[in-house]
Amino acid sequence: MSNLSFLPVLWPLFTGIILIFMAKKIKLQRWISVFSSLIGIALSSFLVFSVHSQGILTLGVGSWEAPFGIVIVADMLASLLVLTTNIIGLAILLHSFHSIGAEREANYYYPVFQFLLIGVNGSFLTGDLFNLFVFFEVMLMASYVLLVLGGTKIQLRESLKYIIVNVLSSSFFVIMVAYLYSILGTLNMAQISQRIAEVNQPAILTVIAIGFLIVFGLKGAIFPLFQWLPGSYYAPPIPVMALFGALLTKVGIYSIFRTYTLMFYHDQDFTHAILAWLAILTILIGAIGALAYWDVKKIIIYNIIIAVGVIIFGISVMNEQGLTGSILYIIHDMLIKAALFLLIGIMIKISCSDDLRNMGGLIKPYPALAWTFFIAALSLAGIPPFSGFAGKLLILQGAAQKGDYLGMAVVLLSSLIVLYSVMKIFMYGFWGTPKADYRLHGAAVHKMLIPAVILVAISILFGVGTESMYPFVSQAADTLLNPDIYIKAVLKE
Amino acid sequence: MELLLAIVIGILFMSATYLMLSKSILRIIIGTGLLSHGAHLLILTMGGLKAGSVPLLSDEAASYVDPLPQALILTAIVISFGVTSFLLVLAYRAYQELGTDDMEEMRGTKTNE
Amino acid sequence: MKQNDLILQTVTKVAAFVILLFSAAIFLGGHYSPGGGFVGGLMTSAAIVLLLLAFDLKTVTAILPIDYKYMIGAGLLISSLTVAGGLLFGVPLMTHAYRYVDLPLLGHISLHTAVLFDLGVYLVVVGVTMTIIQTIGESE
Repeated sequence: MSNLSFLPVLWPLFTGIILIFMAKKIKLQRWISVFSSLIGIALSSFLVFSVHSQGILTLGVGSWEAPFGIVIVADMLASLLVLTTNIIGLAILLHSFHSIGAEREANYYYPVFQFLLIGVNGSFLTGDLFNLFVFFEVMLMASYVLLVLGGTKIQLRESLKYIIVNVLSSSFFVIMVAYLYSILGTLNMAQISQRIAEVNQPAILTVIAIGFLIVFGLKGAIFPLFQWLPGSYYAPPIPVMALFGALLTKVGIYSIFRTYTLMFYHDQDFTHAILAWLAILTILIGAIGALAYWDVKKIIIYNIIIAVGVIIFGISVMNEQGLTGSILYIIHDMLIKAALFLLIGIMIKISCSDDLRNMGGLIKPYPALAWTFFIAALSLAGIPPFSGFAGKLLILQGAAQKGDYLGMAVVLLSSLIVLYSVMKIFMYGFWGTPKADYRLHGAAVHKMLIPAVILVAISILFGVGTESMYPFVSQAADTLLNPDIYIKAVLKE
Repeated sequence: MELLLAIVIGILFMSATYLMLSKSILRIIIGTGLLSHGAHLLILTMGGLKAGSVPLLSDEAASYVDPLPQALILTAIVISFGVTSFLLVLAYRAYQELGTDDMEEMRGTKTNE
Repeated sequence: MKQNDLILQTVTKVAAFVILLFSAAIFLGGHYSPGGGFVGGLMTSAAIVLLLLAFDLKTVTAILPIDYKYMIGAGLLISSLTVAGGLLFGVPLMTHAYRYVDLPLLGHISLHTAVLFDLGVYLVVVGVTMTIIQTIGESE
């Protein structure tokens, strides 16, 4: 029993509620949000260290012990992702002070922001499949509001599609939960895993596994299910876009992590092979999109899809290197995607256009922006010593060990394409002659730049210090590789 | 009883699919509503249909029905209530702003921004 | 839109109170019999909606000068404080406590912390429903 494991969910809830009562006092809302984020980071770091020293922390909510009640399980993977989420939350919050606009701030932007964090943190920490659905809905509800907040035409149009897609996938989630419950008679993830192992995953459970892949794939935007993403993520303002790009798809991927390592790991020749193929196709589609567009937002959005593919590929490899690599890569990608979105947001703000052909020559008036972007770009492509490198290397090693050379080739190729697509932004956006008269003052840019610099700095630290992060990450991978650790911690046998 | 419910669920899913494939936003919303009704009935059926007493400690405690599916359905109903009402308000606002309820006209092309 | 429906208005004056009382009964009875905060809340908002239908928005806001958004906040606050109560007593969050007491007039009844949680749910449901209906209603 450890109430600590639920605090990263409860804390933003309190903050969000308190912020509702201060709807008119924007300044106060900002300060409380920042303060709360700092506490959130402290809480989640404490959680990471506690999990490191004591092993998996669990909480039977309402004193109902697992498997009878809802159980909150903080294992290393979940705790690390919660910490990353809180850091990103703080950075995006700081950036939104200068870019979200007074109208949105007055319309409950900050409370809804906190509610989104509840959903994301809760999805990471829960150990119950139906509770995962509930936290998904909390997260999605907040994301609907953030997406439509402001009510411009494009936002209304795209959020309708986004909501309908997600309602469909939620219904599918409920249907799959119903089937699983009828077969196994439990929704506790640890017990599900135990019972699947007892019956050695007959075909019907494999079908359900694919059903869950569809549900989580829709959230995580894998190959045939990604079409909603470029349109929907394009519509909202930059901070919201960064929040979505960094967090929402990753929750879908995290759920695939959980289901495919903890529960459905008995028929790997089938399920994980499908996962590998979908990952490869996802990378290819993302690469095509990233190369095809001149719109900076679209380029980074398609880079999300590439990253999703790489991480899913790491999961499909299902050995120590592959999973460790995937964990490193998902954390790296959350940090660096948030940073890149914030950076292109500043670029768009300066040049009043999101088309690369209308930009140029930004390096001279805004050198700090240019070099931060340059580092972020290298890091995204996985150039050593930055943070993307270690994860990708381990994923490749895992693939080599498994003998999946096609996947290796595609992942390697994707790095080149990622590098090309972000360097395209760098070359056309920062080099050349200015296309317009940039009036935005340096100081205003620096205010918006600080959060992105913080994120890039953390990402560099993460890259250089991968060695010292390794005990944490390998503990996370260990739990994924040996479901028994998770089952024992939850069911206390 | 299971067979009857299976047929009802099938009809609900079928009508939901039909409605969701149409162009009018209102029909799509009704479709999502039917879809979630179908899903809720499915949970009930999958949890095992059984006539018994409430799951409380009493004289009839031995013959209680499984309370979990009911709890799941209640949660799912509340969630779909929230999402549907949000969606209706949004559709109304979108209709005011965009002047159409036709998804075909809401395509993301540069011309209608 | 001007409303002048005498029969509806006369019936509403009585029916709204009956519905409100019934919703309170459902809300309080929720622990051991069907009912609870969600249903009670929906029924209360149904009563208010009936008032809105019979009269108009101006009259109803004059009778009930409540900002429903704060009602949502208050409900959430009550519920989450109940949840966090577990922190104070060193038990898992949401742990439910109850005891039987003898009260004058009411007799031997049980008091639960779950009722506090449910009160929060009740307020949230009324707040959300009324916010939605008012938002759509106002824009005509």
